Amino acid sequence: MLQAILSMGVFGLVLGGLLGYAAKIFAVETDTRAEAIGEVLPGANCGACGFPGCNALAEAIAKGEAAHDACPVGGAAVAQKVAEIMGVDMEAAAELAPPKAKLICRGGKEECRQLAEYDGLPDCRAANMYASAGRACTYACLGFGNCARICPFGAITMNENRLPEIDPEKCTACGKCIEACPKGVLTLIPETARIYVACSSNDPARKVNKVCSVGCIACRICEKVCPADAIHVENNVAVIDYEKCTLCGLCVEKCPRKIIMDERD
Amino acid sequence: MGRLTFQGGVHPNYRKEITSDRPITPLAAPAQVIIPLHQNIGAPPEPLVAVGDLVKVGQKIADTEAFVSAPVHASVSGKVVAIENRPSCIGKEVLAVVIESDGQDTPWEGLQPYPALEEMSPDDLRQALREGGLVGMGGAMFPTHVKVTPPEGKKFDLVIINGSECEGYLTCDHRIMLEWTEDVIYGTKAFMKVTGVDKAIIGVEANKPDAIELLREKLAAEEGIEVKSLEVKYPQGAEKQLIKALTGREVPSGGLPVDVGCLVQNVGTAAAFAQYLKTGMPLVERVVTVSGSSVENPGNFLVKIGTPFGYILEHCGVVGEPKKLIAGGPMMGVAQITAEVPVVKGTSGILLFDKKDVPAGDARPCVRCAKCVDVCPVQLLPLFLMDYSLKGMLHRAEEYHILDCIECGCCSYTCPSRRPLVQTIRMGKADVLARRRKRQ
Repeated sequence: MLQAILSMGVFGLVLGGLLGYAAKIFAVETDTRAEAIGEVLPGANCGACGFPGCNALAEAIAKGEAAHDACPVGGAAVAQKVAEIMGVDMEAAAELAPPKAKLICRGGKEECRQLAEYDGLPDCRAANMYASAGRACTYACLGFGNCARICPFGAITMNENRLPEIDPEKCTACGKCIEACPKGVLTLIPETARIYVACSSNDPARKVNKVCSVGCIACRICEKVCPADAIHVENNVAVIDYEKCTLCGLCVEKCPRKIIMDERD
Repeated sequence: MGRLTFQGGVHPNYRKEITSDRPITPLAAPAQVIIPLHQNIGAPPEPLVAVGDLVKVGQKIADTEAFVSAPVHASVSGKVVAIENRPSCIGKEVLAVVIESDGQDTPWEGLQPYPALEEMSPDDLRQALREGGLVGMGGAMFPTHVKVTPPEGKKFDLVIINGSECEGYLTCDHRIMLEWTEDVIYGTKAFMKVTGVDKAIIGVEANKPDAIELLREKLAAEEGIEVKSLEVKYPQGAEKQLIKALTGREVPSGGLPVDVGCLVQNVGTAAAFAQYLKTGMPLVERVVTVSGSSVENPGNFLVKIGTPFGYILEHCGVVGEPKKLIAGGPMMGVAQITAEVPVVKGTSGILLFDKKDVPAGDARPCVRCAKCVDVCPVQLLPLFLMDYSLKGMLHRAEEYHILDCIECGCCSYTCPSRRPLVQTIRMGKADVLARRRKRQ
C-alpha cells in the first residue's frame, strides 16, 4: 500500500515537473495587451471592423495593424479604453483626425441640371462610369448614397433632394464615406474650422452658370471681403486657408450663391 | 463539320437590312469639328497647335513621345478656335481641339504617298502606322503600331482580318468590304509584311455572302490569304472568340492574342492603313453607320473625325420620340447624354432609338436559371461575379476570373430578370484593378 502511494506520488511529481518545464519552453508568446483589448471590445463578433471577430481585431490593434478606434460598434467609449491600453494619447489622436465629414456640393436634383435619364445600377461607382449618370456638372454628387450605405455609424442619410445629410453628432471622421465617394465631394474639415465652401467644381463660371444654380462662379467677392486674406479662388473654386481664417463670417454673408457654409448657425 | 464558331453567345435581332444596301456616302464637313486628343488606349498625346493657328487637312495637331499612343491629325482646314475640355463619347470630358472649317478642305503640303509594299521594310511600315495615327477601328482604339510589335520572345504566325461585324445594326465594315475590297486586301498584305507572316485569314460572318464571294473572287489568284465564313452569332467578332473559331487556338486567361501567335485587325483598320500608304493622308475620316428606329434616312456615311453626332443626325433626319442615343453597336456601345459628342476613330455607329424601342423596368431578383452562364463566351459565372462586385468581395471576384470578362453584354441581354450583369461586372473589374494598384 505504502509502496503504491510512494511510487504514484513520485511519478506524479516527476511528470508535474516535466509539464511545468515544457510549459516554460514551449510557451506561446501572447501580447497581454491583445488579451486586455479583447476584454474591452464588445465581443459581439459582428465583423463590422473588417476583421473576423473581436479577438482578431484585438490582435491587429496590439500589432499596430489597426487603429485604436477601429471598432465602429464600441464607439468613443471603447476607443478611449483601447487607447489607454495601447498608450495612445487620445487628445493627440483627436487633433490629428479632424472631427467631421462635410459634403462639398449643394447640387441636388433641384439645383443641378440633368441632361439625360439614367436607368442603370443605383450605385455611385457604376453611375460615375456612365457619364456621371447624366448630370450636367461632372463634379456633382451623384446621389445614389454609397456614403450612406457604408457609414458604420448611421450618420449619413439621403434626403429628398438626393443629397447626403451628415449628422455631426454621429460622425466620427472614420473616413469610410470619403473613400467610397467616386466624385470626391466628401471631405474632412479641421476641428477648429466652422466655415467651408460647399462646391468642388473646377469648371469656369460660364459653364457652372449653365449647369447648376448653387455652383461657385469664381466671382472673387469672398476674396475681396476677407480681412484675413484667408480665402482664395483656385482653379475656379474658392478655397479657405484654415491657418488664416478668423471665422468672421463675412464671406458667408457676401457669397452671391450662398454656398459658403457656416456651421455655427 | 458545322460552321466555325465558339462556345456560348447569343442571337440578337441584327436589323442589318436597314443599312446594308446603302453605299458609303461622303458627308460634308460641319462648320466646326471637335477633335478629342485622347483617341487611343494608352498615353494621351499633347497638343502641337495653339488657339488661332491655321491648320490643313492631315496636319498633325497632337503627338507624344510615349510608345503606347497615337498622334491626331486635323480633319478639316481652318482655324483652331479653342483647346478645351469637351464632352466625349466615353462619358467624360476630355481635352479637344476645336477647328472652325474654312470650307476648302485644303490638304497639308507635307503629305507623301508611301512607296510600294515590296520596297518597304517592316520597320518602315510600323513607323507608317504610327505616323498615320492608326488605331483599332472596331471600337477599342488600341494603337495599331503597338499591336503589331510582339513582346520579346513572342512571334506572330497568322494575321486575322476581322470582318465578322457581329454587332446588330452596324454595316460599315460590310460596306467597306464591298466597296473598298482592294484596300482591305492591300491592308491585309501590309499587315502580313509588317509581322513577317505568310498566312492570313479574313473571317466574315455568313450573313454577308456578297462580301465573302467578292473577297474570294479578288483573292482567287493570291497565295496565302484565305476567306472563311463564320457562324452568325454575337460576339463572333470579339478578338479571342474569333481566334478560337478560325484556328481552334485558345488565348490563355489573362493573355493576349500574340500568346497564340495571332494578330487580329479590323477590316476598317486594314482599309484605312492601305489608304494611308497609297495617298499619305492620315486617319482623318471614317465610315459610320447611322441607324435605329428614330433615324429617318439611315445609311453609311464617310464623316470627318470630330463631326458632332448632332450634325450627322440632323443630316439624316430624326423622327418619332427619340429616347436613347448610342455610340457604337447596340450590345457594346455606350449610351450618350448629349448629341454634342464628336465622332472619333473608334466610332463605328450612331444609333438613335425611339421611346417604344427602349425597354423599361427595374431589375428583379436572380432566379438562378443560369442562362448567363450558358451564353458567356468566356465561360465565366456572371451571376456570381455580379454578386461579388456588388458586395465588394473582390478577392472572390478575382478568383472567379472577373478580369477575363470581355464585357460583351450577352449576360445582361439574356437575363430574364433584367439584371444589370455586365454593368455591375464592369464596376467590379474597375474595383479589382484599383485594389491591385493599391497593393503594389
